Amino acid sequence: MIVPAALPVGMSPWAAAGMIGTVAITSTIGEVMTAAAMKSIGDLDEIRAVSGLKGAIRAVLTCPLFFGGVSFLALAFFALLFALNHLNLSLAAPASASLTLVTNAIAAKLFLKENVDRRRWTAAVLVCVGVYLLAH
Amino acid sequence: MAQHRLEFGQYVILALVAICAPLGDSCLARGMSQLPPISLEHPLLLVGAVFHPWIAAGILMLIAFFACYLTALSWADLTYVLPTTAFGYVLIALLGRFWLHEEISLYRWAGILLITLGVGFVAQGPSLTEKLDAEGQR
Repeated sequence: MIVPAALPVGMSPWAAAGMIGTVAITSTIGEVMTAAAMKSIGDLDEIRAVSGLKGAIRAVLTCPLFFGGVSFLALAFFALLFALNHLNLSLAAPASASLTLVTNAIAAKLFLKENVDRRRWTAAVLVCVGVYLLAH
Repeated sequence: MAQHRLEFGQYVILALVAICAPLGDSCLARGMSQLPPISLEHPLLLVGAVFHPWIAAGILMLIAFFACYLTALSWADLTYVLPTTAFGYVLIALLGRFWLHEEISLYRWAGILLITLGVGFVAQGPSLTEKLDAEGQR
């Protein structure tokens, strides 16, 4: 919950939460799709060592999943621009990025089958509390 | 989970992810704060905003961030890359305070430190989930 103390004068807490939530949702979809694309391509450092920089760029640009991810990240970018136009940088950027981190942990476990162990969940909880404190 | 550890060059890539993202965001914020408020009735004004010098600089920084981010995702988990690059929150708070002259309360500083603590927690662990094939081999 965003508290008014961190908001510009006249800004509704629900409007701020909506802006930050939109950035987080579109960003999570984009990042999970992009991560899946990069895992399907393989280690870019190894590809660059064998095929050069052009080969690495070609490997990324010929992956359809990558473009799906980039499309959602572009949506997240314009949602962030809109949020920055109405909210303070030190609220909008960390709050949306931190919320994205938590939704990413859930999405990565569900869709990427990553081993999100106790260490990573603890980090997610610390980030949640950090976001709450950021809003004060 | 296998104990994947990173090489020095890979830590440099993660550091660039952490630095370029908040610098890019700060340039965007500075540019957007110089524009009049943009409403949902005129969304095309957002597209026109990318030609503002500060916003263009921010976009260049974010392109550098994205190149490093893609490289990192090719050898580490998403749930490793995102938290470990979160020390950028500290940088963004410093930029907000000293460059954009925004007020940062003690509570917000505490929040930033807590997030960074979570980052350190994740960074101590393995960077990649080892996938097993049909025979259970790595």
